[in-house]
Amino acid sequence: MATTYMKLFSVARPLASHALKPAPLVANGQLQLVRHQSGGEYVQTNPFKDVPTYGELTEKMANTLFVTELTRGFMVTLGAMFKEPATINYPFEKGPLSPRFRGEHALRRYASGEERCIACKLCEAVCPAQAITIEAEERSDGARRTTRYDIDMTKCIYCGFCQEACPVDAIVEGPNFEFSTETHEELLYNKEKLLNNGDKWEAEIAANIEADYLYR
Amino acid sequence: MAATSGRLLGAKIWSSSWAKMVQCASSPVPLMPTSTTATTISRSVHQSAAVSAQHWYPDREYCLKRESGVLLIPEDPRQPSGFVTDPSTIPRVSLTDFPEDAPEKFIKNMQLNFGPQHPAAHGVLRLVLQMDGEIVARADPHIGLLHRGTEKLIEYKTYLQALPYFDRLDYVSMMCNEQCFSLAIEKLLNIDVPLRAKYIRVMFAELTRILNHIMGIGTHILDVGGITPFFWLFEEREKMMEFYERASGARMHAAYIRPGGVHQDIPIGLLDDIYEFISKFGQRLDEVEDLITTNRLWVHRTENIGVISAVDALEWGCSGVMLRGSGIKWDLRKSQPYDAYLVRMREMRESLRIVEQCLNQMPEGDVRTDDAKCVPPSRAEMKTSMEALIHHFKLYTQGFTVPAGSTYTAIEAPKGEFGVYLVSDGSSKPYRCKIKAPGFAHLALMDHIGKNHFLADIVAIIGTLDVVFGEIDR
Repeated sequence: MATTYMKLFSVARPLASHALKPAPLVANGQLQLVRHQSGGEYVQTNPFKDVPTYGELTEKMANTLFVTELTRGFMVTLGAMFKEPATINYPFEKGPLSPRFRGEHALRRYASGEERCIACKLCEAVCPAQAITIEAEERSDGARRTTRYDIDMTKCIYCGFCQEACPVDAIVEGPNFEFSTETHEELLYNKEKLLNNGDKWEAEIAANIEADYLYR
Repeated sequence: MAATSGRLLGAKIWSSSWAKMVQCASSPVPLMPTSTTATTISRSVHQSAAVSAQHWYPDREYCLKRESGVLLIPEDPRQPSGFVTDPSTIPRVSLTDFPEDAPEKFIKNMQLNFGPQHPAAHGVLRLVLQMDGEIVARADPHIGLLHRGTEKLIEYKTYLQALPYFDRLDYVSMMCNEQCFSLAIEKLLNIDVPLRAKYIRVMFAELTRILNHIMGIGTHILDVGGITPFFWLFEEREKMMEFYERASGARMHAAYIRPGGVHQDIPIGLLDDIYEFISKFGQRLDEVEDLITTNRLWVHRTENIGVISAVDALEWGCSGVMLRGSGIKWDLRKSQPYDAYLVRMREMRESLRIVEQCLNQMPEGDVRTDDAKCVPPSRAEMKTSMEALIHHFKLYTQGFTVPAGSTYTAIEAPKGEFGVYLVSDGSSKPYRCKIKAPGFAHLALMDHIGKNHFLADIVAIIGTLDVVFGEIDR
């Protein structure tokens, strides 16, 4: 086992191998196969040299004296000063968003104004964070609709499974990402808030679904 | 160790764990010796230490010269045998020289809590450091501040529901974690994935590797005092997160790589933009290399700091960059080598080449398997076919069932070997899901490689380890 360790130490960085001072296994910088006690074989990839050549010493000294690497670094930073800044003036300028973006939730309506959600509760079932709560009853006209549709936006992990599960495209994650609030309670969305979101963002949501129809 | 000091001075010893106080009689003693002896001794004492700090310990001449006085002998934790002098030559002092009521004094080294609020703690690492002056005698990492019980939660989720949890493990290499979990499920299901999906997966996994290394290297350089590359690299990271967003809809927690393929096909134009990106990213890396790689400040702060020998790297369970950095050729994808920072830089260049190959060879076709029992139908299909709708309902409520069995599936994640040990009892929820996080094994090394370094070097070592607490605490 000791010999295995000696061999393995030679694989390690020069400093660690210094402690054991094994006979150099690596001749002329050739790669060598080392066998670990576990049976695995490893190839030494950085053969170490104890004594630097005069050429290397001279180069190192010249680099130290003439601060070559620092100068090069300063030139790179100098060049960066003349580049266009990468930042944007955020509240006034915004980065691009793809049609697939998963932001704030919204409940959509049909063009007739009828709400889409039929309370099938697929979104409630699939939600990994259990952020959705739905209660449903038969409406006076016989249609099945939700009486309660709550999303706890502080539980939500924005995975998009609810919109994937929804068979009628009712619940969607819209393009809005600016809905921070000052209190926790404001982020407990109810059906009214979600439907309002849907009305507010319908144009964008519909455009996004349209833009992505090839892949859906 | 107590024996050493005792033999040396023949004095009564009150020992604590970290330092010894040997009381002789009166005045305190200046602890700076004259030049030559001190240097020879510290050189011999420090032959194995990775630190260049000079620390003097009393030598034979010094002991002979002294007659009385309180002598504090700090032990050198690096050198169990303590002194280099032959103990038998030291004059012995009789125990009767000491007054019976000599005050006992325990001397303990300072304990320093590093993190979890410290910005260099990379999240919520709490490191309890035993300090010997400015040198770390013991580094004790405390974990658990980000523990969310992911493994247990997964047992109560369907396989699909468990997927987003994997984004949140190592939250800087999201798609790699997803891929590992998806591969494990596919292995249990014994299904294959369409070729195009495989290409997309590999392409995004390599982009994720770049994403991770940008974060790792950027913050590492930031930790040792250079903020510029951090900003430059984050500009590039932003572009890649845009690619994430275009493919999956989220900039970070993608939930894109699913069992059976990927969620949706990549949108038109994305491949062109990725090509545009990778053709320029090499130049950004060159800039960082020009600024950092040979920079003497960076080299002085990182070279010979936190060195780990190949044998230790193997026995402490290192993987990925840490293992390759110690000089071993090991890669679960194929096989590559060097020093953690240099390895990461080279890995990024290698990733660029892999991404380019993916772009060039990207085949056409499906991105999900056509097995209706484990992959939900497309929306168009779901809305037109009754059978598809039934499958849709079934898959989004009960989920797909996985035949009973177990698998350990590992991938070469950016940080090392990320593995999922998945046990299925034949139901639609995993019976057990053990996550093997590379960062956990690397953090366990902290004491081993952090010992006897300066406090400031601990920061550089944490940077090298590239720890992310999402995966360590799980």
